[in-house]
Amino acid sequence: MSAAALRAPALSRVRGWFPALLVLALAVALVFLFLPVVAIFTHTSPGKLISSLGDGSATDALRLSIETTAIAIAIIVVVGTPAAYFLATRDFPGKSLVVTLIELPLVLPPAVAGIGLLAALGPKGILGPALDHAGITLVLQTAGVVVALTFVASPFYLRQAQAAFISIDRSLFEASRTLGASEARTFLRIAIPGAVPGLAAGLALAWGRALGEFGATLMFAGSFRGITQTAPLAIYERFATDFDGALALSAVLVAVSAAILLTVKALAGSGAFGGAAR
Amino acid sequence: MLVAVAALSAAGCGSSSSGGKPDLVVSAAASLKDAFTQYAQHFQQARMRASFAGSDQLAAQIQQGVRPDVFASANTTLPNQLFQKGLVEKPVVFAGNRLVIAVPASGSKISSLADLEKPGVKIAMGSASVPVGTYTRKVLSGLPQADSSKLLANVKSNEPDVAGVVGKVTEGAVDAGFVYITDVDATDGKLKAVELPKSLQPQVAYGVAVVKGAKHPKQAQEFIDGLLGGAGQRALKAAGFEPPPAPGS
Repeated sequence: MSAAALRAPALSRVRGWFPALLVLALAVALVFLFLPVVAIFTHTSPGKLISSLGDGSATDALRLSIETTAIAIAIIVVVGTPAAYFLATRDFPGKSLVVTLIELPLVLPPAVAGIGLLAALGPKGILGPALDHAGITLVLQTAGVVVALTFVASPFYLRQAQAAFISIDRSLFEASRTLGASEARTFLRIAIPGAVPGLAAGLALAWGRALGEFGATLMFAGSFRGITQTAPLAIYERFATDFDGALALSAVLVAVSAAILLTVKALAGSGAFGGAAR
Repeated sequence: MLVAVAALSAAGCGSSSSGGKPDLVVSAAASLKDAFTQYAQHFQQARMRASFAGSDQLAAQIQQGVRPDVFASANTTLPNQLFQKGLVEKPVVFAGNRLVIAVPASGSKISSLADLEKPGVKIAMGSASVPVGTYTRKVLSGLPQADSSKLLANVKSNEPDVAGVVGKVTEGAVDAGFVYITDVDATDGKLKAVELPKSLQPQVAYGVAVVKGAKHPKQAQEFIDGLLGGAGQRALKAAGFEPPPAPGS
C-alpha cells in the first residue's frame, strides 16, 4: 500500500471529528468564561443589587476606581505612545531585552508587583529617602493607587501600541519623509492615525486591567474608604460581611468594564480592533 | 487575596493524600500562621493544608459552600455564628491573645495609646469585619469620644487581616498598628509592642470547630484535641499565645 492511499481515508476522517473538537473546545471556553459573569447578575435579585449600592462606601469605591484608572490610563497613553513608537521604528542592541523588561509586569503576580513597588518607592525603598526629601508620599495615598495601577496596566498598552506601529506600511513613513515632513510630524500625522485601532485596543486592555487591580494596590496603597479603597478592595471587604453587597459592586464593575471595552471598540471601528494586535 | 481560590482548590484536593496520610484542610486566622505551621510538623495523623486569612473571609467562604475540615478563628463570634447556622460542630475556645500597638523596634515616637492621637501619626488597623479590627474598635469605644475621633483621624488603612497591618508597620508605611502580641513576637525583633491600658484590653479568645461535611472529621477532631492539650498547645505557647481566657472573666 502506498503512503498516499493510507493518508486519504485518514484525512477524510479528520474532516469530521476535528472541527467538532474545535467547536467543543470553544463551547467549553465560552461556558467557563461566561458562567461566573452570568452568576454575578443572577445570584441575587436586581432590587437587592441596586439597594446594596445605596450606601456611600460603594459609590466612594466606584468613584475612586474611575478616577484613579482614568489618571493611570492618561499617564500610560502620554508616555507609552512615543515609547512604543520608538521601539517599533528603531533597532538597537539589547532591544529584545528592553521589550522583555517592559512586558515583565504582565506575568508578575500582583503581590510581587506590590512588594516590588514597596522596595522601590516605599518609605524604606530605594527611592524612599529621595521621595521623602521631595515631600512626596505615595504609600497609603491616592497617588500610590495610581502608581500601582500604572505599573500593572502599562505593559498591556505598550505591547499593543508597539504592534500597532509595526503593522503600519513602512512606505508611508518614507513617503512622508521624502515630502519633507519632520519625524515629529510623521509621528503625529501618519503613525498615530494609522495605529488608532491598535492603540485603542491596548487602551481598553490596560484600562480593564487597571480596574481589576487588587493585590498591588492593597500592598502598596492600603485600603481606606475614599482614599485608597478601590472597587475590587471594597468587594473583598464586603465579601466577609455582605455577600449581596459584594455581588452588587461586582456587577457594576462588570458593566463598567464591558462599557469601556465596547466604547473603545466602537470608536476604533468595527473589525479593525484585533487587526493591529498581530 | 487569592485565598478563596486557594481554599477551594485545597478543599477540592482534600481527599488526595501523599505518603499514606490524608490531607487535613485547615482554614485559620492569619494570626495563627506561625503556631499552626509549627504544630503541623508534629501532627502525625494527617498532613495539614492550611489557608491563613482574615477569620471573617474564611467564615464567608464556609457560608458560600467551601468545606475545609477545621475552622480556627481569632474570635468566638464567627465560629458560634456558623454553629448556629449548622455549618460547623460545636466550637471550643483553645487560646487567648493580647491586643497591642506594634511599632518599629527602634526610633519610634509612640510609647502609649495616647501618642496615637497626636496629629501626623499614621496608623493601620484591621477592617471592621475582621476580628483584630473588631477588638481594636472595642478598645477605641472605651476612650472618650474626643480622643477616639482624634485617633481615628490618623488611621490610613483598614487592612483585611492582621498580616496586612503587620506589613504596613514593618515596611514603614505607618508609624503604628493594632495587632496581637504574637504577631509582634513573630517579627523576630523588627517590631516591638506598646501595651494597652489594662482597663481597655479586650478579651481575645480563639475558637475552633470541625466543619460539618469535613472529609476527615476524625483527624479534624484529633487536630483540635492537640490544640487543647498536646503538640498544638505547646506550639501556641511557644508562639506567645495565652491560655484560653476563663469564660466571663
